[in-house]
Amino acid sequence: MTALPAVSKKKLGLVIDLDTCVGCHACAVSCKEWNAGGIAGPLTDEKPYGDDPAGVWFNRVHSYEIEALDAQPAMTLHFPRSCLHCETPACVTVCPTGASYKRAEDGIVLVDEDKCIGCKLCSWACPYGAREYSPVEGVMKKCTLCVDRIYNENIPEASRQPACVQACPTRARHFGDLGDENSAVSKLVAERGGVALMPELGYAPVNRYLPPRARRAGAATPASPPAENLETKELPSLLRWLDRALSR
Amino acid sequence: MHPAFSVIFFTTLSGAGYGLWFWTMVAIPLLDDQARHSGLALLVPLALGFVLVAVGLSSSVLHLGKPLRAWRAFSQWRSSWLSREGVLAMTTFVPLAYFAAASFSRVPFSNGLGGVAALWLAVGSIATVLCTAMIYASLRPIPAWSHRLVPAVYLVFALHTGALIALTIGLRTFAIGNEGAALLILLTSMLAWRLKRRYWQDIDRGVLPVTRNSALGLPADREIKQFERPHTEANYLTKEMGFVLARKHSRRLRLIAVLLFALVPALCALPLWFVPMAHPTPLLALACASALLGTFVERWLFFAEAKHVVMTYY
Amino acid sequence: MAPMSEPSLDLQKPVGDELKQTTCYMCACRCGINVHLRDGKIRYIEGNPAHPVNRGVLCAKGSAGIMQHYSPARLRKPMLRTGERGANEFREIEWDEALTLAATWLGETRARDPDRLAFFTGRDQSQALTGWWAQQYGTINYAAHGGFCSVNMAAGGLYTLGGSFWEFGEPDWEHTRYLMLWGVAEDHDSNPIKLGLGHLKGSGAKIVAVNPVRTGYGAIADEWVGIRPGTDGLFAFALIHELLKADRIDLDYLVRYTNAHWLVVQNPGGADDGLFARDADGQALCAVRGDATASPHPRPLSPGERGDEILLPLGEGARRADEGNAVATNLIPANTPDISPRIVGDVTLPDGRRAVPVFHLVAERYLDPQYAPDAVSDRCGIPADTIRRIAREIAAAAFDSDVNLPVAWTDTHGRRHASMRGRPVAMHAMRGISAHSNGFHTCRALHLLQLLLGAVDAPGSFRYQPPFPRPIPPANRPGKSRGADGKLDAPPLGFIHGPEDLLVDAQGQPRRLDHAYSWSYPLAVHGMLHTVIRNAWAGDPNTIDVLFLFMANMSWNSAMNTTETMRWLTDKDEHGEYRIPKIIYSDAYASEMTAYADLVLPDTTYLERFDAISLLDRPISDADCASDAIRHPVLSAPEQAAGRDVRGFQSVLLDLGARLKLPAMTEADGTPKYRDYADYIVRHERAPGVGLLAGWRGEDGSQSGKGAPNPAQLEKYIANGGFWREAIPASARYYKMANRDYLEWSAKLGFIAKPEPVVLQLYSETLQKFRLAAQGHGPVQPPAAQRERVATYFDPLPIWYEPFEGAQTTVADFPLSAVTQRPPFMYHAWGSQNAWLRQITARNYLYLHPSLAEKQGVLDGDWVHVDSHHGRITVQAKLVANMQPDTVWTWNAIGKRRGAWKLSKNSPESKQGFLLNHLISDITPRGDYANADPVTGQAAWFDLRVRLSKAEAQDGSSPQFAPLAGADPSDAPLRYGAMFRKSK
Ligand SMILES: Nc1nc2c(c(=O)[nH]1)N[C@H]1C(S)=C(S)[C@@H](COP(=O)(O)OP(=O)(O)OC[C@H]3O[C@@H](n4cnc5c(=O)[nH]c(N)nc54)[C@H](O)[C@@H]3O)O[C@H]1N2
Ligand SMILES: Nc1nc2c(c(=O)[nH]1)N[C@H]1C(S)=C(S)[C@@H](COP(=O)(O)OP(=O)(O)OC[C@H]3O[C@@H](n4cnc5c(=O)[nH]c(N)nc54)[C@H](O)[C@@H]3O)O[C@H]1N2
Ligand code: SF4
Ligand code: SF4
Ligand code: SF4
Ligand code: SF4
Ligand code: SF4
Ligand SMILES: [Mo]
Repeated sequence: MTALPAVSKKKLGLVIDLDTCVGCHACAVSCKEWNAGGIAGPLTDEKPYGDDPAGVWFNRVHSYEIEALDAQPAMTLHFPRSCLHCETPACVTVCPTGASYKRAEDGIVLVDEDKCIGCKLCSWACPYGAREYSPVEGVMKKCTLCVDRIYNENIPEASRQPACVQACPTRARHFGDLGDENSAVSKLVAERGGVALMPELGYAPVNRYLPPRARRAGAATPASPPAENLETKELPSLLRWLDRALSR
Repeated sequence: MHPAFSVIFFTTLSGAGYGLWFWTMVAIPLLDDQARHSGLALLVPLALGFVLVAVGLSSSVLHLGKPLRAWRAFSQWRSSWLSREGVLAMTTFVPLAYFAAASFSRVPFSNGLGGVAALWLAVGSIATVLCTAMIYASLRPIPAWSHRLVPAVYLVFALHTGALIALTIGLRTFAIGNEGAALLILLTSMLAWRLKRRYWQDIDRGVLPVTRNSALGLPADREIKQFERPHTEANYLTKEMGFVLARKHSRRLRLIAVLLFALVPALCALPLWFVPMAHPTPLLALACASALLGTFVERWLFFAEAKHVVMTYY
Repeated sequence: MAPMSEPSLDLQKPVGDELKQTTCYMCACRCGINVHLRDGKIRYIEGNPAHPVNRGVLCAKGSAGIMQHYSPARLRKPMLRTGERGANEFREIEWDEALTLAATWLGETRARDPDRLAFFTGRDQSQALTGWWAQQYGTINYAAHGGFCSVNMAAGGLYTLGGSFWEFGEPDWEHTRYLMLWGVAEDHDSNPIKLGLGHLKGSGAKIVAVNPVRTGYGAIADEWVGIRPGTDGLFAFALIHELLKADRIDLDYLVRYTNAHWLVVQNPGGADDGLFARDADGQALCAVRGDATASPHPRPLSPGERGDEILLPLGEGARRADEGNAVATNLIPANTPDISPRIVGDVTLPDGRRAVPVFHLVAERYLDPQYAPDAVSDRCGIPADTIRRIAREIAAAAFDSDVNLPVAWTDTHGRRHASMRGRPVAMHAMRGISAHSNGFHTCRALHLLQLLLGAVDAPGSFRYQPPFPRPIPPANRPGKSRGADGKLDAPPLGFIHGPEDLLVDAQGQPRRLDHAYSWSYPLAVHGMLHTVIRNAWAGDPNTIDVLFLFMANMSWNSAMNTTETMRWLTDKDEHGEYRIPKIIYSDAYASEMTAYADLVLPDTTYLERFDAISLLDRPISDADCASDAIRHPVLSAPEQAAGRDVRGFQSVLLDLGARLKLPAMTEADGTPKYRDYADYIVRHERAPGVGLLAGWRGEDGSQSGKGAPNPAQLEKYIANGGFWREAIPASARYYKMANRDYLEWSAKLGFIAKPEPVVLQLYSETLQKFRLAAQGHGPVQPPAAQRERVATYFDPLPIWYEPFEGAQTTVADFPLSAVTQRPPFMYHAWGSQNAWLRQITARNYLYLHPSLAEKQGVLDGDWVHVDSHHGRITVQAKLVANMQPDTVWTWNAIGKRRGAWKLSKNSPESKQGFLLNHLISDITPRGDYANADPVTGQAAWFDLRVRLSKAEAQDGSSPQFAPLAGADPSDAPLRYGAMFRKSK
């Protein structure tokens, strides 16, 4: 049903640490890999070996450059994007068929591909660029929060996480219940000042991004002069090491 | 936004169809008795309207990834404007069916039931057009669509093109005469032009509801540039939302649109008013064709000029 | 709303029906993977959480393994060339024909002269087999790809520390407070570094990236030092200068673990000049106070103790050694424990020669004002204040921290230490340092900096990974001569200890085809793959009969001078015969190089064969554990054989060896000794008890490191997730170069011959021996023309010089540096055939700084000509400010030759993509030497100097080469995974 369920207590989502993300695309590819064969698969690729390859990805990694400030040079920011599993997402309410829905139980936003008519309206309604239409399949697809992993008892408990979280080599991605303020992810968000993206649009995203920490380049001018000023032009400056009692 | 021809086609034609139906229903009280009693007279505009609506609807269904499942779109009227539009579109077929049956069985339109049906169709047509508009107007990520004038624009264009068709196929002769027709055309042309002008002025200010910084959750005082896109080649999002129309093209196209949907019809209307004419149909047909074409261009621009917030950070 | 309306999802579907654990080979990092199979197809590849390398994480390439395995570019069968070489026209043949042909060619060549076979391998990790095979065959002309990769790192490290950066050492991720990354983009240790960086982000350590470009690891660094390429040595010297000036150095560490106090003979012009003063037993000597032979306080050190506080009287005599008044000094063996050796001052040896301690030379050289921050700042492009600040910061991090591990340990003198003192400044460096013609010395400069801080294998610093450290230099020398059985006396690659080890003829000319171990590149310990094709074509020093290549895309992205390389490969002599008569090549995919082979031996993919990731080769150990691993076929062979017939190259090599009747590969009755590579892995012994794998040795599998072959060894590996690891005892994890427990453990496992300490070499006597030879001393001397070069570049202490390409061109002509970086999601050329990875980057751009672009009138997206002294490319530019303004860069190996890799001929990779390689020459601008480091022969990819000009808009990059023959791929959509959704 595209009407939104009552806000669930459990709000499963991702927390992505922009201070740690090196932009390696591991999350994007592992997502593609898991979901290609998962409940939302295939993630069809058009012209896979041709002139303009294009396929369905649930997670895409952007890179930006943040202009230099006086105190620090230009910064590079890597920014992975996937569905934020919003609390009040228009992508669900605009859907004419009920294919797009938000799970009452845990807040995961999904597409029921058997109902989807491929009208693309939900992709227009999503400001986060999280919906992926496949012209070949004729239906809309999106991040499933790996719902077929996180509850899957055939997977060892420690690995019951989204594929992107599992793969991330810097461990910049965290998964958990953002509705529970005592969860590890909620604490992380509180500690690091995690932000919601574009809150002004009113979608109330669940995922949080941890902003890059201020870079610690240190002051360019020395706080104190070098400890010792030596006359280096002459050999005798070495003499201070002459009678140093060393222990070997 | 990517201007999809099927959707442009759909909104233009179905809009005109609903407009035609609306005017036809409005005309019923104005008809002389004979016409009012002969259902056949109304059958032509109703049928033409049906063709327009049906062609429009089916083109929009063909635009779907899964056309065979289109019926599912009726289910979510409680939240979805698209669903509402579908449902309303279907309900308008009820009075239509009544009129069709009535005219074949020569039941006069003017009876009570006819009145209910007429009201139903008139209101239903307007409501359907407004639903179509609301599909776009409800999309906050596309400010050019969620603009407050969008429902009015959709409505006025439906009425404008609907009126022109109605007048061309002869509704004028029953009721309002050439002068009335001229007045109506001038009025709707003018309204369409004023609305559009206002709308364009607004969207040219280009205020997006969000900044790139907000999209990235960063403080507003850092300047952020694109370094690398996630994929070097185009993907669904860049194709769908990343359509960019050069400013100079958009200027020219706007001019052409206004010329076609407002100026040409208005110019056609003037002689109607001043010059007594027994057969104004060619002029009206010209006005009508021009307005439809103009609306088509206007609709194309409505898509092509609309920016999705996704593009602030893509 | 009612959850009733939600569809019911099958959330309990097992991932696959089979789980196989093996080792990734989408790159050389070698992570452990769990391969889930469903109905015989790969359903999902994930990191193995138990694996020591990646601990469960997996990079983009690893996750895209599915598409690599099912790539349409896979070779299907052996192929014999039918058209002209390079046209890519082949006929598929059966293995029997292919092997017979190869054995005939190789047999004839061996009969004529084994050196007429040039056997070079690329991106493999089976040098333990290939090097051994070459030795059995008897050719000296063997090497792997290290010479064009990072031999500067390997040699710089092994000749200084007995270990090295590369993937043979690692920062102490757990304890470091300050990490400097020098010229690192991805590294071979991709996932471990990413895991480590993620950890440091949590621990609050400061990360400094020294790199002209700020992406990837640099993006998350706390500080980015946008250095000008090729100047890191200067920067390091300036840091050393500051540390010395401020006396912020760890002298105790230096005298305990390095040769800082060893006496160096000062006898200009003499045959012993610059050599260590030694006693009759050859022990290096040091100077101690005149009245002491050993310290009066032979007691164990307590944690954090600075040492003996008794100040020795200022040695008047030492100060005036030149006046022959050095009586206050006693000479004793430098390795004597519990002494307080002198580290500066002149000393007169008993025979009257002068000598000074190594540290004296170090201090003298780097205190020189030419290395002051203000003096190097302009050239490096780093503000002098920044250099001073960083020097202060690293000193503070190293000396003012409280990182001390409460772990008792025993040094090689048997002294107990209550704890392990931390020096939590770690460094890691890679090709930004090594891919320059001054890279060897720059690498040594970094090691010197680390040693002055006491930051090698101390808690928080750079740490050795077993089997390192090893003796300096490692004992094994390269093979030089053949015995009666045609076998080489040692494997062709080894370590040079002095001029007498070189492979030169009586005239001092190179013996090897690649000129490694010649006077031009004496310490080319990994060979020089980048010179092989030119020299084979030119017959320099000799012509060859067969060029046998494995897994190296030598006609394209691993070539310098691509255009000429393609010509050399196809050039014919006056008789119409190819100048390089026969080319055999093994690849798994339709790369640019397969087109140039006469005979193609198709390899399997990494999921279909046995491989040994051996400690004898490039180990995957970490600083706390020794590990090795295997790959094994995880897919059903018959199913994979549908429509293709490929064989693992290692097995093919053993088969060829048996066909050639090489004794080591043949039984007495002439039958093959090894069934296949798996059999070899298990049964082959390099030395008694030492084989390719260290785990589960001994007949019952109870031994580690050394032990008799265990027939069930591979099963043990497979049952253990494909790897073996043995933890280093807790007391042995730091100070490994002098830690008794470690060295004994290392010897027990067979990594070193004897548990002897490894004394770290600030000053390299090995280098000095070459310099002496160049000065006319010793039995083996360079030809006259080479003397100055050898004398200049064999400085026993690190030096800096302008990289050759810059030195031999002018800044006016070529004002910019041009470098490449590895994209994290591509492995060289392999990635682009991958349907998923190529969607991330199907074309590359040249990145320019906006200030440079403005000067040139170039706008974002414009096309530009880029010219070097060697060639021109025309490519599309993008403007970004996160880089050093006098540098341009692009991603490596994205550009493809049209028709290669089974991509469409107008794919963005071939139409718009490009290589910088078209600009890189294989020889210096002057044309006298390879474009390489003069010590190690390392290819100097990043010395490239260019100029830029705006070009007309183009629809594709240039140069373009004739498309390789072959049909374009089908444009049918790829719906991988659809079958799993249907299947139950
Ligand atoms: N401009 C520039 N050029 C560079 C560099 C640079 O930084 N800048 N880096 C240099 C360095 S360090 C290196 S190491 C080289 C790397 O360059 P190469 O060693 O040439 O690396 P690849 O392009 O990956 O080519 C290796 C070949 O191995 C094949 N292959 C892949 N898997 C298998 C397999 O399982 N079996 C077999 N038999 N073959 C297989 C591939 O198809 C490919 O043809 O590039 C060098 N070139
Ligand atoms: N994903 C991925 N991983 C790989 C590979 C791959 O192709 N893809 N290849 C593997 C191979 S064969 C190798 S050799 C390693 C190489 O691993 P890296 O050494 O990390 O590889 P490069 O990309 O060559 O990185 C060189 C870095 O040095 C910088 N640089 C260039 N010149 C200078 C300089 O003068 N000074 C300093 N300080 N920096 C400089 C460049 O900007 C770049 O960031 O990576 C291995 N890992
Ligand atoms: S991110 Fe987009 S697709 Fe996901 S819930 Fe929010 S609006 Fe919907
Ligand atoms: S594309 Fe599918 S999921 Fe999206 S709004 Fe249309 S029917 Fe709903
Ligand atoms: S949660 Fe799962 S579906 Fe969503 S981005 Fe991560 S891997 Fe992809
Ligand atoms: S895998 Fe982790 S580090 Fe890599 S791009 Fe994704 S979030 Fe960033
Ligand atoms: S770093 Fe990536 S490609 Fe390399 S071995 Fe590990 S998972 Fe495989
Ligand atoms: Mo390399």
